[in-house]
Amino acid sequence: MTELQGRKVRRVVITGLGVFAAAGKDSASFFANLLEARSTVSRIRQFDPSSLSVQIAAEVPDYNPQDYFPLKRLDLLDRFSQFGLLAAAEAMKSSGIEVREEEQPRFGVVSGSGMGGVNTLEGGYQCLYLNQATRLHPFTIPRMMHNAPTSQICMEFGAQGPAFTTATACSSSGHAIGEAFHLVKFGMADIMLAGGCEAPITFGMIRAWESVRVLASGNGDPSRACRPFSADREGFVLGEGAAMLLLEELEHAKRRGARILAEISGYGLSSDAGHITQPSVEGPARAVRMALEEAQVAPQEVDYINAHGTGTRLNDSTETQVIKKVFGEHARQLAISSTKPMHGHTIGATGAIELVAATMALDRAVIPPTANYTRPDPECDLDYVPNQAREKPLRVAISNSFAFGGLNAVLLIRKFQ
Amino acid sequence: MDTAQKVIEIVAREQHLDASQITIDSQFADLGIDSLDGVNILFALEEEFKIDIPDSIAQNMKSIRQVVDGLTRVMEGKDISDLVAMAKGEVPAATAQ
Repeated sequence: MTELQGRKVRRVVITGLGVFAAAGKDSASFFANLLEARSTVSRIRQFDPSSLSVQIAAEVPDYNPQDYFPLKRLDLLDRFSQFGLLAAAEAMKSSGIEVREEEQPRFGVVSGSGMGGVNTLEGGYQCLYLNQATRLHPFTIPRMMHNAPTSQICMEFGAQGPAFTTATACSSSGHAIGEAFHLVKFGMADIMLAGGCEAPITFGMIRAWESVRVLASGNGDPSRACRPFSADREGFVLGEGAAMLLLEELEHAKRRGARILAEISGYGLSSDAGHITQPSVEGPARAVRMALEEAQVAPQEVDYINAHGTGTRLNDSTETQVIKKVFGEHARQLAISSTKPMHGHTIGATGAIELVAATMALDRAVIPPTANYTRPDPECDLDYVPNQAREKPLRVAISNSFAFGGLNAVLLIRKFQ
Repeated sequence: MDTAQKVIEIVAREQHLDASQITIDSQFADLGIDSLDGVNILFALEEEFKIDIPDSIAQNMKSIRQVVDGLTRVMEGKDISDLVAMAKGEVPAATAQ
């Protein structure tokens, strides 16, 4: 333990992972799908998408909430909260942790969501505007509020410590995990569940995203619609799901003999302060540098970047410039991949889903590929691990999240030694 | 179907309970109905009976019987000020009856 400006600084490790997403209803099947570059994008099944221009998404397949929750519980759970709780349950279980009663005030939750309970909100507005209802269901607010998943997870697992929700669009769960990491590092908590959840596949949401012209249409061949870093890329595909990681103070983890999957040691965040949708190079670059600096890691030590890699023209070329700017010559030695073709862009959950991918890559020494890569783009000329997983021992991995609104979150993990 | 039976059915449906577990004398607390559940049940009752239940009464209903009495009187357009007072504990229940 060291001191920084009078505060005790502790090491923080990842000891549990949970995923509930299109690419897998648990972390093992999720990572298996990633390694096989199996896309889970298909024609939307939650409603009839026929009248939409974009009719595809990465939805959790064959999901029946009643298989997981009693009816009484479901009354208060929007779909995004359901996903969050399911991912949290796996993270808790896989960590093997049993939080004792006296530890509960030192156990917290930070969860991110960019969109909140849009299923509930949209259903309510349909009643109100379309069906001329004169009042809305009393559970509307407790279901739709952005912090519903955080609160539900706290209640489920008895987390009485620091707890809040982050809402920074596509960086929401990157920020959530970064903040949770700092809460443990600086001694305000010993155990944190951190991650994000999102369920944005609604008629209204797709319509709204369509208008921004960032979605890949690809209705004819959904599984190939998202093609990050490829010359023929044409946008991203919305996805739904959740991921949660159990972060734990190192000595706490050691005392209970926990299996340590990775150490989280760097967090960088920044604002472009430039444009509401158009990304900059300097903003994200500052966030990456900040993460490296906090972790005291040299650029040359980084072996893998799980890219934001949305598959839009602008993101992927900008992100490539960011990597070149920060890593210089080493940018060409790095393995970079975007796992979004497999799990979709889950907005507020994506940072967490991708940090789980990076953690499993580090732990198992195998990098998930960028699926659907067809041909190089002169503006994207680095090693994107195209289409085939690659076995490689990793020392340090980084996960990038760059959000609409120019808010960036970068997480750095390293092999625990 | 009489009002009491209808109320019991709605409470059972909203609470995901078996209607046979509920009687006119059931207390909300004994049925595990908390304040938010109560709001939900009132919403369902308002939808079913096409009425507005005033907040002053709504916030103080604690039993199936109170709900049935309140509903009956709201539907019959009767004065409910004594019910409100009773619910607020301002007058003993016996006098209010």
